[in-house]
Amino acid sequence: MVLITRKAEFSASHYCANPAWTPEQNEAMFGKASRPGGHGHNYVLEVTVAGEVDPVHGMIMDLKDLKEIINGHVVEVYDHRFLNHEVPPFDRVIPTAENIAKDIWRRLEGPVKAQHRRLHGVRLYETPDLYVDYSGEEG
Amino acid sequence: MLRLTRRYPFAASHRLHSDQLSAEENARLFGKCNNPFGHGHNYVVEVSVSGVAEEASGMLTRREDLDDFVHKKVLTRLDHANLNTDIPELENVVPTTENLTLLIQSWLAGAWSEFAGGNLQLNRVRIEETGRNSFEVKG
Repeated sequence: MVLITRKAEFSASHYCANPAWTPEQNEAMFGKASRPGGHGHNYVLEVTVAGEVDPVHGMIMDLKDLKEIINGHVVEVYDHRFLNHEVPPFDRVIPTAENIAKDIWRRLEGPVKAQHRRLHGVRLYETPDLYVDYSGEEG
Repeated sequence: MLRLTRRYPFAASHRLHSDQLSAEENARLFGKCNNPFGHGHNYVVEVSVSGVAEEASGMLTRREDLDDFVHKKVLTRLDHANLNTDIPELENVVPTTENLTLLIQSWLAGAWSEFAGGNLQLNRVRIEETGRNSFEVKG
């Protein structure tokens, strides 16, 4: 098995708050990130696909195809959006880095599988100093 | 698997020298790293936690809680320290970054119950000694 990784970027705004909590409780849990006006990040996404090297073309999958999958299913959906207001499920799911990484996994798993490849993991940088890896429930 | 990683910089000095080797052997093995007065690095330590995100917050952990724990257990000890002379645990150990990585892992794992319940695991400790090399151990 060989892994290949493709990187993408998107900029989006969000805020993190549980609607069942008071503003004070949300401030205590999420700090400044709970302010409902929102704030933004330059997210960096790394998508890793696992597979065997094709004996004819020498690749696991054409990186161009992977780039198109990422752009179509994630970047076009997330880029320059206010996640809480514009990108379901974040109207009801708190858009923490953990939940965004899981949502990106859900969006990519099917399209990668349709190419007969296996999504190995997604890594989402919220800032250069904080990232989340998700590799599915079993991964 | 869901994993969150935070990156923390610290600056420290060290000299690589083994008492079990001759002066010539040390010089040959460690090169410039054996120069008697030592030298320093801007290290970056990555601490990764894994587990299940809390339902109510959508997070594995509050960022501030992890930051406070790592500051208390690691950064206050290592930042602007001389690893050969200021860290008792490294007294009879060559302060390579391999050994430093193991030490940080033991500090964090040893105090883990002060920080987290059973739902959150120390998944990995990774150190970049410079931008061109890194060392990691499983949590």
